[in-house]
Amino acid sequence: MREGQGLTLAAFLSRFRGVLLGVLGVAAVVAAWDLYKAFGPEQGVLVGDTRILPRTTDLAMPHSWEMLQRFGEPVTSLRGAPDAFSAVYDASMFSLGLAARGWVIGVVVGLVLALAMSRFRIVESALLPWVVLSQTVPLIAIAPLVRRWGSEIEIGGYTWTSQDSVAVIAAYLAFFPVAVGALRGLKSPDQTHLDLMHALGVGWWRTLLTLRLPASVPFLLPALRLAAASAVIGAVVAEVSIGLKGGLGRMVIDYAVAASGDPAKPWAPIFGAVAIGLVAAGAVGLLGLVLRPFRLTGAPR
Amino acid sequence: MTHAASDPTAGHAAIQVRGAHRVFGKGRKRVDALSAVDLTVAAGEFVSLIGPSGCGKSTLLRLVADLDSPTSGEISVFGKSARQARLDHDYGIAFQQSGLLPWRTVAGNVELPLKLHGINSDVRRERVEELLELVGLTDFAKSHPDQLSGGMQQRVAIARALAESPRLLLMDEPFGALDEITRERMQNELVRICAETGAAVLFVTHSIPEAVFLSDRVVVMSPRPGRITGVVDVRADGMVAAHDRSAGARDEEGFFRAVGEVRSLLHGTPEPASAARGVDNR
Repeated sequence: MREGQGLTLAAFLSRFRGVLLGVLGVAAVVAAWDLYKAFGPEQGVLVGDTRILPRTTDLAMPHSWEMLQRFGEPVTSLRGAPDAFSAVYDASMFSLGLAARGWVIGVVVGLVLALAMSRFRIVESALLPWVVLSQTVPLIAIAPLVRRWGSEIEIGGYTWTSQDSVAVIAAYLAFFPVAVGALRGLKSPDQTHLDLMHALGVGWWRTLLTLRLPASVPFLLPALRLAAASAVIGAVVAEVSIGLKGGLGRMVIDYAVAASGDPAKPWAPIFGAVAIGLVAAGAVGLLGLVLRPFRLTGAPR
Repeated sequence: MTHAASDPTAGHAAIQVRGAHRVFGKGRKRVDALSAVDLTVAAGEFVSLIGPSGCGKSTLLRLVADLDSPTSGEISVFGKSARQARLDHDYGIAFQQSGLLPWRTVAGNVELPLKLHGINSDVRRERVEELLELVGLTDFAKSHPDQLSGGMQQRVAIARALAESPRLLLMDEPFGALDEITRERMQNELVRICAETGAAVLFVTHSIPEAVFLSDRVVVMSPRPGRITGVVDVRADGMVAAHDRSAGARDEEGFFRAVGEVRSLLHGTPEPASAARGVDNR
């Protein structure tokens, strides 16, 4: 253990290097934004007729501190309107909840598909092209379909809601990296390991638990993180496509209308989306800590 | 060794192969990996398979292990079918790659066969202790495989193969990836381990001195089609039984004689025994 002398500067730097670099990165973006706004040409930078950097007017680029201040001000001038922060917070939690539901559905579906594909070669040949193809369909195109099909579903007393549609669309994006990553992971054990399991007279199920699942963890963790990011994007975009109120998707549209009079306002839900993306990725990071022992494999860490 | 008297498999040869053929592919791509192979390994006997790549030595071992099935012919292990012997855990197996599970500790890897076969944890712990002592890795029980050298990893793999006290060990070039110095030390240890366990061994290698030093008999094979071209009984050359050898056996007259015999069988032309002396005494 370290001596009780307190941290030297060098030790401090090495211990919090990641955090420091992260803070520095954000600070650099903020500084670049405000410096460009202060010194850039008012009409932006043009090459021919193409504007490659934006105008620097207050309308196009509000000051970074104005965006921050905006969080403390009421959403609208109506009396009793909540401040922007709590409005964005509520909307973020709403969207994060839907994204989480989508993530869980997507992970389960992705794992089941990967298991089936790794078990039967014929399922892999039949299914994998469709899995890949599924991601080329624009989200905007499937959103109304999901909503329409969903509205026909009625199981027992349960009726399909727009929230369910959003979660399903988020899952539609999230299952893909999981299916592909898990399939690669499940097929990653080398022949010696498989021969050993066979020699020990162990069946498919025990081999799965003893060998294939642990071996797939290093492939699965990045896939789960990717799925979390996809689920957040899917949830926000699906809210817009389906017209579901209460989440960040609708808020982005609503606040954009105010841009001409209140240029800092549209940025509020964007920061909200960034925040829930980070929360989602962080949650998966915690999962990685739990599964740490299984990352000790020859696969990429 | 301890339970030999009550063992129902006693009295049978460890391995009996009769007219085994193994053909891969069809038509013009047809490869005769093994053709008309007969081989018997007695209980407690150490037999090596040697030959150039493609001679079918690994294929033969995989047939005995029931990792592959013969196209025709019969294979029995302790008087049972190869499949039954595999399901009864009658053999232990080690490969060229150690095949350790990287997320399990050394002890966790050694106990794997016992765990998969439902042995309770107290018995497992005791057995793992014995095995690690046998291969000299007691201090590394809690290490992970990536913290060990290649030779140590292979020792763990051998301990794992011995976990269920099998009376037959199948080893497919287990020292093939090791450097020469480690390799000789591992050979010495294997002789000691075999003497302690009394197990029969089928050992695949492409090193002549290794085969001669370890074996009671060396089976020489040749490719296209894979077949047995000759068997050298090392004991007939004046060496003691495989279980009783020491490192010094590599300097004995009989060792060089046997190396010369194996070499001439491999190259197809008889060489005078004197030509083999001192040429290659790895």
